[in-house]
Formats: sequence, C-alpha cells, structure tokens
Amino acid sequence: MSNFQLTYKQYGEHSILVEWPSKIDKKTIDDVIFFKEKLERSLFKDIIEIKSAYNSILISYVITIDNIYNKISMLKDIYSSEINILSKPSTLWKIPVCYDNKFALDLDEISLEKKISKQDIIALHSEAIYTIFFIGFLPGFLYLGGLNDTISFPRKSNPRLHIDKGSVAIGGKQTGVYPCKSPGGWNIIGNSPINFFDIAKSPPCFAKPGDKIQFYPITLKMHSDITTLVNAGVFQIESEVLHG
Amino acid sequence: MVKVIKAGFYSTIQDFGRIGFQKYGVPVSGVMDCYSAQIANALLDNDENDAILEIAMTGPTLQFNSHTFICISGADLSPKLNNKPIKLNRALKIKKNDIVSFDKHNYGFRCYLSVSGGFQTETVMNSRSMYKGITSQFILSENDEISILENSTPIEETNSSIRMDVDHFISKEIEVFKGPEFDFLTKAQQKRLLLDVFTISNDNNRMAYQLDETLGNRLKPIITSLVLPGTVQLTPSGKLIVLMRDCQTTGGYPRVLQLSEAAINKLSQKFTGNKIHFKMK
Repeated sequence: MSNFQLTYKQYGEHSILVEWPSKIDKKTIDDVIFFKEKLERSLFKDIIEIKSAYNSILISYVITIDNIYNKISMLKDIYSSEINILSKPSTLWKIPVCYDNKFALDLDEISLEKKISKQDIIALHSEAIYTIFFIGFLPGFLYLGGLNDTISFPRKSNPRLHIDKGSVAIGGKQTGVYPCKSPGGWNIIGNSPINFFDIAKSPPCFAKPGDKIQFYPITLKMHSDITTLVNAGVFQIESEVLHG
Repeated sequence: MVKVIKAGFYSTIQDFGRIGFQKYGVPVSGVMDCYSAQIANALLDNDENDAILEIAMTGPTLQFNSHTFICISGADLSPKLNNKPIKLNRALKIKKNDIVSFDKHNYGFRCYLSVSGGFQTETVMNSRSMYKGITSQFILSENDEISILENSTPIEETNSSIRMDVDHFISKEIEVFKGPEFDFLTKAQQKRLLLDVFTISNDNNRMAYQLDETLGNRLKPIITSLVLPGTVQLTPSGKLIVLMRDCQTTGGYPRVLQLSEAAINKLSQKFTGNKIHFKMK
C-alpha cells in the first residue's frame, strides 16, 4: 500500500487535487480510499471536505491556500506515514432488482446483440459482487466496479431524455442504478425499488465508497411490495459487515 | 410573509449552498454572484449566509404581508416600490401590502433581494438553496407564499447607499488559474484560450455556461474525476463549458481552466451574447 507515484496540483483557490496514475482498477481504488480514510482521521481543522473518484482525491480547504508547498508536504507526509490505521469495515448491501420486461427496456437488445440469453445476463449481473468506487453524477449515483465483461454493452448514441428512478443499467463496462428520474445513455435492464438517496436521512446515502453491492432478482409482485415498504420507511436493506 | 404575484423568468431562494455534501453527489448550489448577495445581506445587518432571493433578468412582482426591510443588489432591473423607482444597494423600509416590482433591464443578469433575517424556506442538508430533487420546490411560481421573520429588528433607514464596483458588471476579464489538464493542451491551444475573446452562448444557466467559439480538441476524455463550480471543461467537439454553482460533482471532460471565486461572481452577471476573455492570475 501507499507506494503509488502521486501528483499534487492546486485546483482553484481552495483545493488540492491528488492524482494516481490514469487507470481504473481495484489496487488504485483501494489506495485512494485508504489515503482518504487517513486524511479523514488526521482531522485537519482547515479542511472542509475530502472527495474521491476513480484515481483522484480532492481536498478542499476553508480559506484560500496561501502556501501550497506547505500544504502539499503535509499531505505527502500523511500518504507515506506508516501509521497502520484500522481500515473502516466495509458493508455488503443486497439490493433487490426486478428484471421483468416491464422495466428492462434494453434487455432484449443486449441479449440479441451479445447472443446471451436474458436469464444468463440476469444471472451474470446478479451473481457479481460490485465495489462502490465513489458517488457522483447525480445525488446518490454509485459508480460500481466489477461488471462481468461478457455483459458489458456500449452506451446509447442518443441518450434517453427520461430514465425512471431506480432504473438499473449497463453503460460500457459499468453498471449502476439511477437514484432519481434523469436523462441518461445507459442500457436499462431492470429496476430497484430501493432509495439510493434520501434527503431525510443523515447521511443521505446508506452506502459509502469501498462498500460492496450485490443485486438479487425479484418478481414484479415483490417489486411492488418492497416499493410500498420503502415508501412507508420500514424496508430494511439486507446487509453484511465484511472484515479484511 | 411575501406573496409572489408574478414569478419572473427564474427566481429562486439561495444561500451559500450545501457545503460538505458533494461526496454524496449533491451539487453545491447557492448564490451565483456571492459578491452582490453579500452586499444585499450586509446592508440589512443580516448574516452573510441568510437566504436571499436570486432573480434572473426579468424580475418578479412581490407583495409583502408584514413590515420588514429589504435591500436590492446586483443587476439593475429597475426595481420599484409601489410603482416608484427605488435605489439599489440601500436598506428600504417595507410596510404591510407594499408591492415590489421590476421594470427595464439596465445592466447585469442576476439581481438579489434580501429581507431582514433572510427568507425562511425549507432547509435541506444545512441549506435553503433551491435545487430540483433536493428541495421540494426548485423555482418560485405565481401565488407562492414565502415565509419571512414577522418581527424583524428595526434598522436605521439611511439615505446612504453603497457604490458597487461597476467593473464587476462590465469588465470582460475573467480571472483564471490553470485547470488540472491545462498542461496537456498544445501551446497553440493554450495561447488561444488566453488571447481569444469568447461569447456566452444561449445555453447558459445555474449549472453551466457554454461558450460559442470552439477550440479544437485532440485530448482524450479523462477518467471521471472531480469538478468544481468555475471549472472550464473542454468537450470532445472542442466546445468550452464553464461549470457554475449547480454543476454535477464529477465529470469526464478535460478541465483546462479554473475560475477564481471573484470570476465566478462576475460571470454570473453575464448573459447570452456577452463577450469574455480569460486572464491567467
């Protein structure tokens, strides 16, 4: 751990961008999240927020940065520090998805193009365990890594103007769930009744970067039952704490 | 309480936004032109983060159902109190049933109206800034009733008003820093970016300002990374997009420039057809 060649750049008046080599992989994201946790624990009073993406961290300070070299050297010290923090335990969240034709607008097309039966696509999509890389694009939109290559499918050249809340979709080598109604270019293969973003909760997202997601198929009837429970605020998402 | 008789083109309630929630994918939001909004709040002895009305180009008509004080700052949209012209950047006493309206557009694009104690709309994630999907209402509409503090502390009404820096509204110069991918541009592109004059396209709103001229682009998209209000992105077609306060938290286009805070405020007062020129700080 902590042996990547990182670059540090000032980004605007208040922030520093830390970048890993330009690559999307498990080793990089683990190191990104590990550094982010170390920074969060060092409790700098002058930091407002630390955000991460695939291969970057953005650290935003309360006031304008006056001595960038000083700030960067503090960050470098923390990156190389040997303090072996106990990594936060990650959680595996089990997310119900209805892959019925009613929702799966693009499942037939993927099945035809890829010559894989719909049942096999559903099995491949729901047996994988996905890692949450970060949250971005829309409030509560999880960037997930771990889609089986055999069911990757290019984004639509003409994005849809309206994609329903809860739509489960494949976009290139990625899969995800639209947390709210939105325009979008990914291929829709199902729908989840779960709320991925809830303004009434603190924090508004139940999952965090580094957590895992697994989807499980449900029937139309179960989708409607779970929707009722979710709307009444009584649905419990099944989860497991993972160690190590 | 304030009743919205006419809503205007795009009127919203804003404060300094949702700081600290970007890691959940939530836009910062908040007043587009902090400079003007701060003046309007300061002249009423308000807290600088008190919620204020942001008005774009065409102002609303508002009826006040209780006495209070207001101050109007930012763009000059010819504000009127009971049909008589009133001055910008000055605290004004408002009586029950008074009507504030706006008329001819003189300069700027976004005008700010503060009330004593700030507007008391719903707070979501530490902010009253309106945003679709986050607050239950994202824009003011006719017949809305907005809460204000009914017993506002009286302040001294004076004849003094602040003189705004006119440069803030008329100068073409937009102060920038290098963006994370600036150094990947060719020398010729870097030169054009800092020497050319760019025009604000009609695609401009609280999320982003797109510019008309293209720069040409051979850079590959970047791996989705973090962006900020004020980030200038270069799209695959060579168009430049300046992200504004309601922007997404991540993006995949190269980030070629970053506006200073003062420059974001300044750009917020520009509109379709206005010319700008980026100046490296």
